[in-house]
Amino acid sequence: MNARLRWRKLVSNFMLTMTGVCAFVCVSVLFLILGYLLFNGGTSVNWNFFTKLPAPVGEVGGGMANAIVGSAKLLLAASLFGVPVGFLGGIYLAEFSGTAVASVVRYAADLLNGVPSIVIGIFAYSLVVLPFKHFSTFAGAFALGLMMIPITLRSTEEFLGAVPRMLREGAMALGASKWKTISTVIVPAAYRGILTAILLALARVAGETAPLLFTAFGNRFWSNGWNNPTASLPVMIFTYAVSPYEDWHRQAWAAGLVLLGLILIINILARTILSRGIAVPRG
Amino acid sequence: MPGPMRMSISKVNFYYGQKQILFDVSMGIADKRVTALIGPSGCGKSTLLRTLNRMHETVHSSRLEGEILLDQQNILAQDVTALRRRVGMVFQRPNPFPKSIFENVAYGPRVNGFKGSIGDIVEKSLRNAALWEEVKDHLHKSAYELSGGQQQRLCIARALAVDPEVLLLDEPCSALDPISTAKIEELLVDLKNLTTVAIVTHNMQQAARVSDFTAFLLTGQLIEFNPTPQLFTTPGDPRTEAYITGRFG
Repeated sequence: MNARLRWRKLVSNFMLTMTGVCAFVCVSVLFLILGYLLFNGGTSVNWNFFTKLPAPVGEVGGGMANAIVGSAKLLLAASLFGVPVGFLGGIYLAEFSGTAVASVVRYAADLLNGVPSIVIGIFAYSLVVLPFKHFSTFAGAFALGLMMIPITLRSTEEFLGAVPRMLREGAMALGASKWKTISTVIVPAAYRGILTAILLALARVAGETAPLLFTAFGNRFWSNGWNNPTASLPVMIFTYAVSPYEDWHRQAWAAGLVLLGLILIINILARTILSRGIAVPRG
Repeated sequence: MPGPMRMSISKVNFYYGQKQILFDVSMGIADKRVTALIGPSGCGKSTLLRTLNRMHETVHSSRLEGEILLDQQNILAQDVTALRRRVGMVFQRPNPFPKSIFENVAYGPRVNGFKGSIGDIVEKSLRNAALWEEVKDHLHKSAYELSGGQQQRLCIARALAVDPEVLLLDEPCSALDPISTAKIEELLVDLKNLTTVAIVTHNMQQAARVSDFTAFLLTGQLIEFNPTPQLFTTPGDPRTEAYITGRFG
């Protein structure tokens, strides 16, 4: 074996090893975070954590029931606002718009997706919080909903576009109008992909803190209706983590663990949906 | 040309963008008969078929000149969804919807606001497509569990369910094995009792077996249009003879 060939083999092996190492780093970061959360917060995740209100400073124990319910309310209202807008907009993009309009909308959606979440928060603050003069679940949901729009829109468009052309023609050849074709054949053929994307969008905004800091704000008690400030898991983690109390730190870790568990459940749900039902064969 | 014409095509020129696909084509589709369109790949036979229910309009930048009549009325002036309900289509590759067998057949009547027993119409259509016996015990299974040939007959049943006046078939057997093909060919001969059939095929033997009239197209022009026995035994144009004897295409 000459020197040149040996060198080539060396480079090849080195690069192969590096790709493997980087893949391993990627996976191990997740497990490291999970392990760290379990180690620090595992002991604080108990029945009280899910059922009790936060304890006053100095008292040990208490829970984050209000933050869990608050996060659920925020995500529900955000989906009710963000998903229909993104979904219908995605349908327009995939089925009705010309190529020029589509490229503008697509570009705008990608930019909106790239807007830092803190900026979305300020926007929601000046649009919803200032006129009503107080923080509210609505304001927080508005901010999170805004973030869900571009993700839902782009993935709806993508999954509709992936439906084979021949299904479209099959429906139209039977005298179905364009809207009938879309609503009874195209969307049902793509619904699993779209639903998965919506769940992933939900998982993404579930952990957002910045847009909630000055919209939903925070609350140490049960939130009174939808028009009042509410606690949420991410903001609770932030508040507790920067506090000087040892017990609060443990609670923050526990909240992080619960939040990660929630996101994990949403992800698993999304994957389960993707793997069942009648799939359209590709190609 | 004997027999009444259900559709008549006169002086049709067709373009995709700048490219002309069909040149001055005129012919008829005989009522309750099978008319075959044959010719080498790219001759425009599928394009011609797709103009008959205006399916060409799904492609932007397409342009049609000329006149196509269905029952003496210009189809280009009609509402396109109403037209497609009257002129059904079966495609090259089976394209069942991601629904059950039953729902596939029921789809057409449902979107067209059919009032009455959907179950009866599904059974009748599946019988007419010679598929009933094979699927009657599992109508609620996914259409994708059927074989390719069964799927194509399901698509024929789906098209028949809206009781079309004309049924267009665009190379319906090109993705199927010989046994499935034979079944569909048998079916086509029976179908002309129910409806008027126009079929595009690249398989000349198939055209000879199933059709009453055959049109031969070459590079966008209609070379010859005659009763099938005549076209295949005593072709009127040397180019037709060259094609059917396999000298090109």
